[in-house]
Amino acid sequence: MTATPDALESEGRVVLDAGDIARALTRISHEIIERNKGAEDLLLLGLQTRGVPLARRIAAKVSEVEGTPVATGSLDVTMYRDDLRSHPTRTPHRTEVPGGGIDGKTVVLVDDVLYSGRTIRAALDALSDLGRPAVVRLAVLVDRGHRELPIRADHVGKNLPTARTERVRLHLVETDGEDEVRITES
Amino acid sequence: MTRHLLSIDDVTAEDIGRLFETAAEMHDVQRREVKKLPALRGRTVINLFFEDSTRTRSSFEIAGKWLSADVINLSAKGSSTSKGESLRDTVLTVTAMGIDGLVIRHSASGAPGQVAGWLSQEDRSIPVINAGDGMHEHPTQALLDAYTLTRRFGSLEGRHIAIVGDLTHSRVFRSNVKSLTKLGASVTVVAPPTLMPSGVGDWSKEAGFATSYDLDAVLPEADAVMMLRVQRERMSGGYFPSAREYTVGYGLTRSRLALLRPGSPILHPGPMNRGLEISPEAADAVDQSLILDQVSAGVAVRMAVLYHLLAGEEAGA
Repeated sequence: MTATPDALESEGRVVLDAGDIARALTRISHEIIERNKGAEDLLLLGLQTRGVPLARRIAAKVSEVEGTPVATGSLDVTMYRDDLRSHPTRTPHRTEVPGGGIDGKTVVLVDDVLYSGRTIRAALDALSDLGRPAVVRLAVLVDRGHRELPIRADHVGKNLPTARTERVRLHLVETDGEDEVRITES
Repeated sequence: MTRHLLSIDDVTAEDIGRLFETAAEMHDVQRREVKKLPALRGRTVINLFFEDSTRTRSSFEIAGKWLSADVINLSAKGSSTSKGESLRDTVLTVTAMGIDGLVIRHSASGAPGQVAGWLSQEDRSIPVINAGDGMHEHPTQALLDAYTLTRRFGSLEGRHIAIVGDLTHSRVFRSNVKSLTKLGASVTVVAPPTLMPSGVGDWSKEAGFATSYDLDAVLPEADAVMMLRVQRERMSGGYFPSAREYTVGYGLTRSRLALLRPGSPILHPGPMNRGLEISPEAADAVDQSLILDQVSAGVAVRMAVLYHLLAGEEAGA
């Protein structure tokens, strides 16, 4: 099948390929270890949905380097979103926190793309209902700018200046069969 | 999902799947220290109960509160209904206060549907949830029963569930037959001839469930058994000669427990008449009685229902 030029254009351009993503996650893992001075009390909490496999990958890397297992979990913020009422009701995804809970832990929230910051605000609210971590940090694979709230990431895979009209599409092997970040015109 | 939950007919198997997925998340919230989700913050739900209820009403109340809704309970006793106000006027009055959802229990079959109709005529269409209407339906009870069984079995596909008791007067049975068959279970309903609803034959053919008068024959074949409450007031109605006789024929007695496959779950919507339709040995059977699981599932499932009907965009419109 041959794609028309139009279709090609709507597919956008690849800004991170599988190798770039792997390197970015490796760097983030090392930054987390350095910042935390090891893997102690570390909990990598992935935001549903694509933050979850990213958190697992970072955890695997951290535990490989540090030689100790690193706890991971998932956090769904559907119920905490400030735009809950402007969309048809969505079914929430799993929130899974390891048995020890989050009290006193260094929680690193992991998300795919940081944009308005509203998801992270919702995540911070959700966290406070789950317990009281010692520290909360934020790691994202892509920061595309256009923040609407005073929120910033501690660990960024790639800063990607974008226009608001553009869309950033992240694909991961676990969810989409390939590792790739694309920018498309919406 | 439809706007209201008046009957199990309002939900598809797919809707039920989504409700269960949501309920599983809500179930986790029950185990948390902070049992609150902000999803219905600023919304007001009225529980309008024209019939006595402890578990359903408190279950809806807790469900609403854990979703951060403001929940107000109104019962017919001590309200303007006892002063002679009509159902329509009561409903229009409370909705005029600007509420966002209505949970109704009424002794008249079809009352919640009637209320939903009045509200849309008045252009005040808010979600109406049926919390049990006469001998018609009790959809959230059926959903929580199916949810409890699904958690036990993984899936209801191909499972055989027996429902036993006063079927004629049971809204729980009517809703359960619909939801269980929708989820792929096969259902056999068991009752003495006097408590088998008239016309059940046609319905059972259409809906694909079986009927039986012989509990001892059904129990060994069942993957789970659901005992229904026998209302004491039926005893004077000539439906069966004595409580003792009912128990002998249709109670889940200690000796009948042995007929069940080992570990087959036992359900009861409550409140139980211990010694009448269910023996203490069955009600308290470790790992087998899911009666308290049903109660805790009730909160989670009602949270899921309130969330899906009230949280999204349509709810505000």
